[in-house]
Amino acid sequence: MRADLEIIRDWIRPGSRVIDLGCGEGELLEYLVKEKQVQGYGIEINADNITACIEKGVNVIEKDIDQGLCSIRSNSFDTVVMSHALQTMHRPDQIVEEMLRIGKECIVTFPNFAHWRARGYLAIRGRMPVSKFLSYTWYNTPNIHFFTFKDFEELCVERNIYIVDRTVIDHEHKHRWWIRLWPNMLGEIAIYRITR
Amino acid sequence: MKDFPEDSVGLVTPTSIHFDTPLTLASGRVLPEYDLMIETYGELNADASNAVLICHALSGHHHAAGYHSPEERKPGWWDSAIGPGKVIDTRRFFVVALNNLGGCHGSTGPNTLNPETGKPYGPDFPIVTVPDWVESQARLADHLGIHQWAAVVGGSLGGMQALQWSIDYPERLRHCVIIAAAPKLSTQNIAFNEVARQAISKDPQFYQGHYYEQQVVPKTGLMLARMVGHITYLSEDGMREKFGRELRSGKLSFDFNPQFEIESYLQYQGERFSEAFDANTYLLMTKALDYFDPAADYNNELAEALRQVKCDYFIASFTTDWRFSPERSREIVDALIEAGKKVTYTEIQAAHGHDAFLIPIPRYMEVFGAYMNRIANELETADAR
Repeated sequence: MRADLEIIRDWIRPGSRVIDLGCGEGELLEYLVKEKQVQGYGIEINADNITACIEKGVNVIEKDIDQGLCSIRSNSFDTVVMSHALQTMHRPDQIVEEMLRIGKECIVTFPNFAHWRARGYLAIRGRMPVSKFLSYTWYNTPNIHFFTFKDFEELCVERNIYIVDRTVIDHEHKHRWWIRLWPNMLGEIAIYRITR
Repeated sequence: MKDFPEDSVGLVTPTSIHFDTPLTLASGRVLPEYDLMIETYGELNADASNAVLICHALSGHHHAAGYHSPEERKPGWWDSAIGPGKVIDTRRFFVVALNNLGGCHGSTGPNTLNPETGKPYGPDFPIVTVPDWVESQARLADHLGIHQWAAVVGGSLGGMQALQWSIDYPERLRHCVIIAAAPKLSTQNIAFNEVARQAISKDPQFYQGHYYEQQVVPKTGLMLARMVGHITYLSEDGMREKFGRELRSGKLSFDFNPQFEIESYLQYQGERFSEAFDANTYLLMTKALDYFDPAADYNNELAEALRQVKCDYFIASFTTDWRFSPERSREIVDALIEAGKKVTYTEIQAAHGHDAFLIPIPRYMEVFGAYMNRIANELETADAR
């Protein structure tokens, strides 16, 4: 399992109600249902991912998250997960609000655009960063909102969102001791646990 | 003898099963005895765990797959999905299809003889509801020695029966497959049904439903009913793509005969249907649709109605279906999520409107197949244990 998912999975309580927004092939949910007896649902829009979820026996709902989550009742989940998808949403702020409405707690992971490599790429080459990890060019990328850890944390302050936990890792989803020295420069991916 | 396609169940023979335990219907009326016409495909396994029930839609029947004779022009109505190696794989599942009570294809209905009078029931046949059908299907399951279905599967009105099964008999099915259905009819749906009913009952050949004795059929009414229905089965885009504004003779004829391709298509469909279907049954089926509303007994909270269900659900809808649109399927999905039940939902891109559920659209077959495959795999894992 992807290392960020391993971190997320440890943050989820056994037997809780979990919804994974953009659940991909459903590997996190498959684990959580089997090992932690959670009641899990995944939301996905990609056809192949949906088929993969069905094959795994993961509850998957085909839905475009950008169309909103209004049909889901407030506070109906213990944990709402969105991993590597916030930057692909049309209005990340509204999605975060919706996530906090339907769930008691949310776990969000996203790439940090202020990582030194991205900064260097833009500063020196004068072009939008393309890396192994973010391999799209500007015109075809699904990642339509680039933001940094600082940006996200500022949004949390503005909207009275409480950050319960934050873990910062590199592009291999590994903890490195030096990331902690200057996370917004050295960290590539952040995993936030937020609530209100 | 003609060779059937390799993935066909081949030659099939329907069976009629007689039930003599009286059936009390939702209306309070009692059917003292009745027959159900069924077809089965595949083999029931030793512990009777691989049975799949196919529930039919408004104009369907027990002939869901295969051929009744080598000469039969078209196979059963869902042959695209049922057969060896197909989505509902008859090498792995024992498939049961029936003609519902009130139908006109061999099960007891308006066009069969009322044992009390020796005449056809006609309009005296009691109005049957979806829960009544489910009750009769449960008795069919008992008769076949099936305690629990691996899956109950249906599209449109058939999907409603599958949903009702999961509520009425939570222990008797492991999976519920609901395709292009709705948790209840919309006002617009009921309105279209009423136009169909009026077309039939106002036909001078209808004789208040006693047309059998007059040796006539309300052909015009049934044809009109089907034409209206057919419009709601197709999407606007699908219709435009298929027929456009094409003229049969290439130019306007300045009279009231059918000129546009869509006109003659609808007339042809209506006429063919009016020769093969019973008007009283059509009235009955549309009423069953109108009355379907499992949430009604639960304060109109569908999630409450679903609180006791035990099976897993597969729900699918089609983007251009405006009869039972994706939003209607999502109502079921949302209620299931609220009730904390297991559900998979997919929305298939298709231009065919409501009719899409009968068409082997590749993406539809892929997800539906993946789900049925999962059910079959569960069976085989259980067997190996």
